[in-house]
Amino acid sequence: MLNEIILAGFGGQGILFAGKILAYGGLMDNKEISWLPSYGPEMRGGTANCSVCISDDPIGSPLVLEPNYLIVMNTPSFDKFIGSVQPGGKVFVDSTMVDRTTDRDDIECFYVPASQLAEDNDMTGMANIILLGKFIKETSIISLDTLQKAFEKAIPPKKAPLIDVNMNAINIGGQV
Amino acid sequence: MERNLMKGNEALAEAALRAGCKCFFGYPITPQTEISAYLAKKMQANGGVFLQAESEIAAINMVLGAAATGTRCMTSSSSPGISLKSEGISYIAASDLPCVIINVERGGPGLGGIQPSQSDYWQATKALGHGDFQLLVFAPASVQEMVDMVVKAFDKADEYRMPAMILADGLLGQMMEPVTFPEISSEQMPKPWACDGTKMNREHNIINSLYLQPETLENSNISRYERYKKIKDTETDAEIYLCDDAEIVVTAFGATARVAKSAVNTAREQGIKAGLFRPKTLWPFPVKEINESCKSAKKVLSVEMSMGQMIDDVKLALECRLPVSFFGRVGGVIPKPSEVLEEIKKLGGAD
Amino acid sequence: MAVVFEKPHALCDVNMHYCPGCTHGIIHRLVCEVIDEMGIEGNTVGICPVGCSVMAYDYFNCDMIEAAHGRAPATATGVKRARPDLMVFTYQGDGDLAAIGTAETVHAATRGENIVVIFVNNTTYGMTGGQMAPTTLPGQVTQTTPFGRDPQVQGYPIRVCEMLSTLSGTALAQRVAVDSVPHINEAKKAIRKAFENERDKKGFSIVEVLSTCPTNWGLSPVEALDRLRNEMIPYYPLGVFKDCDAKNPKEEK
Repeated sequence: MLNEIILAGFGGQGILFAGKILAYGGLMDNKEISWLPSYGPEMRGGTANCSVCISDDPIGSPLVLEPNYLIVMNTPSFDKFIGSVQPGGKVFVDSTMVDRTTDRDDIECFYVPASQLAEDNDMTGMANIILLGKFIKETSIISLDTLQKAFEKAIPPKKAPLIDVNMNAINIGGQV
Repeated sequence: MERNLMKGNEALAEAALRAGCKCFFGYPITPQTEISAYLAKKMQANGGVFLQAESEIAAINMVLGAAATGTRCMTSSSSPGISLKSEGISYIAASDLPCVIINVERGGPGLGGIQPSQSDYWQATKALGHGDFQLLVFAPASVQEMVDMVVKAFDKADEYRMPAMILADGLLGQMMEPVTFPEISSEQMPKPWACDGTKMNREHNIINSLYLQPETLENSNISRYERYKKIKDTETDAEIYLCDDAEIVVTAFGATARVAKSAVNTAREQGIKAGLFRPKTLWPFPVKEINESCKSAKKVLSVEMSMGQMIDDVKLALECRLPVSFFGRVGGVIPKPSEVLEEIKKLGGAD
Repeated sequence: MAVVFEKPHALCDVNMHYCPGCTHGIIHRLVCEVIDEMGIEGNTVGICPVGCSVMAYDYFNCDMIEAAHGRAPATATGVKRARPDLMVFTYQGDGDLAAIGTAETVHAATRGENIVVIFVNNTTYGMTGGQMAPTTLPGQVTQTTPFGRDPQVQGYPIRVCEMLSTLSGTALAQRVAVDSVPHINEAKKAIRKAFENERDKKGFSIVEVLSTCPTNWGLSPVEALDRLRNEMIPYYPLGVFKDCDAKNPKEEK
């Protein structure tokens, strides 16, 4: 089974980090994985996106063109990628940041006010992880246990307290 | 062995450290800067030297100096920076010095772009500087191969006393994949030719590329080409995928080969007898291997992120026995598997 | 019989290719005398330039590396960084050091690269037959300034020691000449000081040696020495432009 995921938003929203956590999850589950960021001037505050593939088989092109999952945190990215989602795919939208909905009826769209939830829970800057929590809940590509391990692997020991903070954000997203 | 998740550029840098690289000289350029950043952090703790040079030109000549002492050393850049290094690379080749040069290619010509490209194939395999010389050119297609090939590049560069290049691209440099690091022997070949001080117990060593007598210079070229011949005979490497009964063989290297492989798999699912030939060494080009993989082929398709460069070597290797067509995207555009599939179908695979 | 004068061990026993009256031979000898006196030959690596002294690798008995044109300071950096235990010097002419290799020179100096640079300034490109150098004097006739160097057209000469003396990494910047015995003695002291600086890890030391090129100047060796004295020294004054040990004890560190 090949899962092809695009995560997209503004630079600074933690798009690449959220993608890395998914990739680390795949790593912990001994899957084949790839993570490919957009790079260049986009890093400096423009749009940012990354392609994540998680699969049982070796991965061909790491560039995802037609994702079966889309995690999207701003309007330009929503507009850019919504049409490319495979029929039957799932889309996770930070509805605080994206002011529109799709009229596609062949995909499932979850609108999560992730940025608002982050602010309400004193977790500014963690909307990405809250949205990821919803993604995990609805797709079960990765278990919560695996996710915990992924955070442990991705977050350096110096910043260990952040692991719990991230898992809390995941749970908030999961409860939406 | 532990699987790590690493960016291609970082994995490559870590592999260089483990292969005993003690000096890195470089200059920042996208999309390879992570190599410098990684080594800037780690080199000193490994007993090595990281130095950001004032230019690509200075960096490659620092490599020449460090290599002349017999120290394993490396530089890395991306396409425009490699052009600047070409003078030094010619001198290094002519001085019979081993070193490793990384090119994480981006779109060209000129300042070009910063997205992935393979349009430095000709430069790497045919003309990286003036004069008759070659580099060993390795073309990784995964983060794991970035690691394995760097280790091999250091060994082979020492063995043949010549520069070795890793020809990667922005996609491979920037992507993360699982990677494991092999056990690496710390043993290196003795380098009696090195300029590391005579200790007053031997004649002085001279590292030089100047020969004003034509016959002497000719002889130095000839003996270098004798080494090249041995390399052509023994050092080629390629992946041959589903070629046994393939009527259409797709040839591609590096990141493009991954796209091509996806297309070949889909073609097979649709009943088209397609296969993939992927050279892992671009120089020497795997002539024997491509002929093997094209045994039952009727047509060949070269897929590249260029306007068509490797296709020349494909045709030469096949001695034009088979029709070779081309599909490429340039400027940083990565070909899509669906586009490659269309090309395969055009070649008669479609019923 | 007592030996009163002999070839330094660090100097190879071979014929040199330099023109009659050229002062490269004196400068080679001074460097070799210093290497002998300091007992560092077995631990020294020299870097040759492109220019008249391109074949100096055949004249120095220590290990030698031929660099690309202008790149000797970068190549020396590579050697020194890889093997800080080695003594490393470059031997460069004016075109090599102050034209095509300006960036390498300036940056090696500002990094305080712990090397010795012997800079031979004869105000012309000798090897290629006498073209304008970055140090060619205003009015000087060369193959490529047949009507004399016109600063309005070709710009002004570079005073290298003065320029490099502004850099914090420079430990020693001294200009000397080899036109007379007192000057030659002074030159040797400067070269010795430069090598001692390297031994003591003080940073980048450059000794600029005003030199002659009778062939391309179209002068006899004696006339050439006169020109050095009468035309070059007034434009390129001799002296110490920077010495990390002297006066202003704590320069900008």
